[in-house]
Amino acid sequence: MTTLTLATGHLQGRRLPRAAAPATALVAAALAVLLGQISPVSGVAGTTCVAVVLFFAGYTALSFAVEGSRHAIDRLASTLIYASFLAALVPLVWILSTVLVRGGRVLSAGFLGHSMRGIGADATGGGVYHALVGTIEQVLLATVIAVPIGVLTAIYLVEYGRHSKLSKAIGFFVDVMTGVPSIIAGLFVYSAFIVSLGFQRTGLAGALALSILMIPVVVRSTEEMLKIVPSELREAAYALGVPKWRTILRVVIPTAIGGITTGVMLAIARISGETAPLLLTTFLSQSINFNPTSGPQASIPTFVWDQIGSATHPALDRAWAGALVLILFVAVLYTTARLIAWVTGGARR
Amino acid sequence: MTKLGAGVPDSIQGSVVRRGDLVFRRLAKGAGLAVLVVLAAIAGFLVWRSVPGLRANTANFLTSTAWFPDQSPSRFGIAAIAFGTVVTAALALLIAVPIGFGVALFIAFYAPPKLATALGFIVDLLAAVPSIIFGLWGLQVLMPHLGGLQRWLNDHLGFIPIFHNSLGIYTKSLFVAAVVLGVMVLPTVSAISREIFLKVPHSNVEAALALGATRWETMRMAVLPFSRPGMISAAMLGLGRALGETIAVALILSALNVVNWHVTEPGGNTFAANIALGWNEAGPIGLSALIASGLVLFVLTLVVNVVARSIIWRRAEFHEGL
Amino acid sequence: MAKRIDITNVSSYYGKFEAVSDVSLRIEPNAVTAFIGPSGCGKSTLLRTLNRMHEVVPGTSVTGEILLDGENIYDDTVDPVNVRRTIGMVFQRPNPFPTMSIYENVAAGIRLDARRMPKSELDGLVERSLQAANLWNEVKDRLKKPGASLSGGQQQRLCIARAIAVEPAVLLMDEPCSSLDPISTLAIEDLIDELKNNYTIVIVTHNMQQAARVSDTTAFFNLAGIGQPGRLIESAPTALIFSTPGQKATEDYISGRFG
Ligand SMILES: Nc1ncnc2c1ncn2[C@@H]1O[C@H](COP(=O)(O)OP(=O)(O)O)[C@@H](O)[C@H]1O
Ligand SMILES: [Mg+2]
Repeated sequence: MTTLTLATGHLQGRRLPRAAAPATALVAAALAVLLGQISPVSGVAGTTCVAVVLFFAGYTALSFAVEGSRHAIDRLASTLIYASFLAALVPLVWILSTVLVRGGRVLSAGFLGHSMRGIGADATGGGVYHALVGTIEQVLLATVIAVPIGVLTAIYLVEYGRHSKLSKAIGFFVDVMTGVPSIIAGLFVYSAFIVSLGFQRTGLAGALALSILMIPVVVRSTEEMLKIVPSELREAAYALGVPKWRTILRVVIPTAIGGITTGVMLAIARISGETAPLLLTTFLSQSINFNPTSGPQASIPTFVWDQIGSATHPALDRAWAGALVLILFVAVLYTTARLIAWVTGGARR
Repeated sequence: MTKLGAGVPDSIQGSVVRRGDLVFRRLAKGAGLAVLVVLAAIAGFLVWRSVPGLRANTANFLTSTAWFPDQSPSRFGIAAIAFGTVVTAALALLIAVPIGFGVALFIAFYAPPKLATALGFIVDLLAAVPSIIFGLWGLQVLMPHLGGLQRWLNDHLGFIPIFHNSLGIYTKSLFVAAVVLGVMVLPTVSAISREIFLKVPHSNVEAALALGATRWETMRMAVLPFSRPGMISAAMLGLGRALGETIAVALILSALNVVNWHVTEPGGNTFAANIALGWNEAGPIGLSALIASGLVLFVLTLVVNVVARSIIWRRAEFHEGL
Repeated sequence: MAKRIDITNVSSYYGKFEAVSDVSLRIEPNAVTAFIGPSGCGKSTLLRTLNRMHEVVPGTSVTGEILLDGENIYDDTVDPVNVRRTIGMVFQRPNPFPTMSIYENVAAGIRLDARRMPKSELDGLVERSLQAANLWNEVKDRLKKPGASLSGGQQQRLCIARAIAVEPAVLLMDEPCSSLDPISTLAIEDLIDELKNNYTIVIVTHNMQQAARVSDTTAFFNLAGIGQPGRLIESAPTALIFSTPGQKATEDYISGRFG
């Protein structure tokens, strides 16, 4: 052990001062503005891009000169990682603020309380009431179909089928099902129920398609919740002589109910914005239809789609307002879900 | 309780099975089987209902770019929509995968731990925005802003065929659709790779740091090699989403069934957008033709998802074995 | 090669919570210093303060002075990356990189600042490190196998080989045998005895006999109570501590009356 070649003992290392990053950023921004005067890349977006590129290059070069290559690479990597997070926030903030501003201009009690009956594409006025009715009914129907199947499947996976081949297969395909495009659910309901069984395109058909999208989400979240129910609880019940099925219904489910409800609410939030399956399985309607089992029935997503298609100014205004209603609808569901999770202590990340 | 031992779970005393248990167990198993049945039924019905269209078709279903199923003779093929689907999905991944991994690394390792959960939640909100809103925003807000970038690409990188634009029109292009898709797929990639990163053993991260690795070297030494399979499946699940996304793409593209490598020029179409846009105008053969194309999309996304999930599942079993 | 560490008035904090308070201690080169004391008295925390691993946990801070051969490792001009490179660490549970082979594990640290080292030189370095960790004979025929395929004791020696491959001056070991069987423990203790010829060694241990067997100096830490910081009670040559401890608390602890 005498001739190892690596030198040791250099604790000292020149580091960049903390002010180096903001200083470089300032210089990069100033240079970008100057360059904007003489180069073809200009405008806010162009200048920003140039400034960002200049900052990356300048900061890395500075670090390389002062601290050496290892720290320079480290700083570049950190900068890129921070930047990607900021980059991900840009569309989120952009979208939400646009929907708030453009939708907020039109959204009113009248918009919420009226349908589009008799309102031409060029006319202002009209509203989203008929679509709200449709969405609420369709989503409720989908929930009524999907929740029992989803929760029972999760019970099978966690309480009965543990480690069996079948439960592994089901668990796997539940995961795969979460990746099936939503339009396929619409195609399926159309092929199976409308063409093959002769049903009409109604709110119910739309709900069927939505339930297919909802089931895997419910299974997954319920499964997670059942898994964290301590097995001592089950064993305590068994020890008292309570049969397994009653243990599940009386002990396991009540323990997990907060988390399960949260999962269901999040699943509802996910499907209430789905447009594609509804386009294939319902007919667009401009008027109120409370009956999901017959006739055309609107929904908020298809309402927005319809208004965008009309492409007139009043119609686009309505599209943005509809988008705002949809966002609020989803946000209420999200918040409720989180509140339930928080109140029942089944907080999920 | 009537009889001693009557309530013992059936796994221990197989002979004493209560009727209630039997019924409930079958119910639960039936629900689980229903999931498999639905998946099989999707495939079955799509195959069955695409037969009339495929029978009537006089063009090559795989190589033709035409989409005139309701004319006589009926002619349609998926070449153009398959091209548009693959190109937009690939471009979307080019945007979403690096940024998604960056976001996941940020939340798992770089952000202050107290904020990490909240910041992760904010990024997840992007996944909660409905597609139709992405479409509306893409069409009305983002598209005008991307004109300058696409023109710049044509002016400076136009010698690369995909950036060339001979029309001088930069709206409704595959490029715009791909950018919107990239934003939509981003939360999928980042959420799944974040889960993967959080599974990296902390002891290995510490080992790397104690060897004198910088933060990035720690990622390279302890985090990325360990997470590679999971990162691949995260990208593939993103791909699956991009391939099947309908409404946003349908709103942005001008739905011309052409194979055009100049992705900043208007035109191009995808499987899903073609179905959504053609649905209400289609006659019986047209509907069947759209179902046939949907079947191809279903198989495509199924394969991508099965492969991605297999990687994750194999990893999960590995973790349980640790 | 081996270097002396002078700890002066060092306190380590997790946020506002003071885990170890006001420790002053000299750690001699080419000797083994053992940290003993009841669990929670801050032995690991102090150990991690010695190579600036403490600050990896967010919200932590350190006061006081730690000199490595006279150089303050907490000086503003000191690069923590260099500190950790000079003061190696072995953890409680063996933690070889699961995706790397035995060879790659040992080479991992070297690759960081000598990327372009010729293959033959690297091979030699890996071999010498494994030899120094008394592991070479057991693994020389399967260097390409995953590090995780070894037994627990072998994995821990692999981690020691990985730590000494970068030629540190000091080796910190945090209960390196606590997850191992008696035979592997013995192998590691023998190894520690050899390693002290080249390194300064600090070992945290729960095991009184182990401290007595391997260390030259023993430092005893104790807690005044729950929520109180840990303190250094006394430090003295090991033989002395175990025969005639200077403090009542030390005597109680090593005679097994508590802890
Ligand atoms: N990461 C941490 N965050 C907050 N407190 C910690 C952390 N690690 C250890 N502590 C606290 O610091 C004190 C000393 O812990 P430690 O150094 O691990 O003791 P020892 O190694 O002697 O058992 C304990 O009270 C412990 O709870
Ligand atoms: Mg400890």
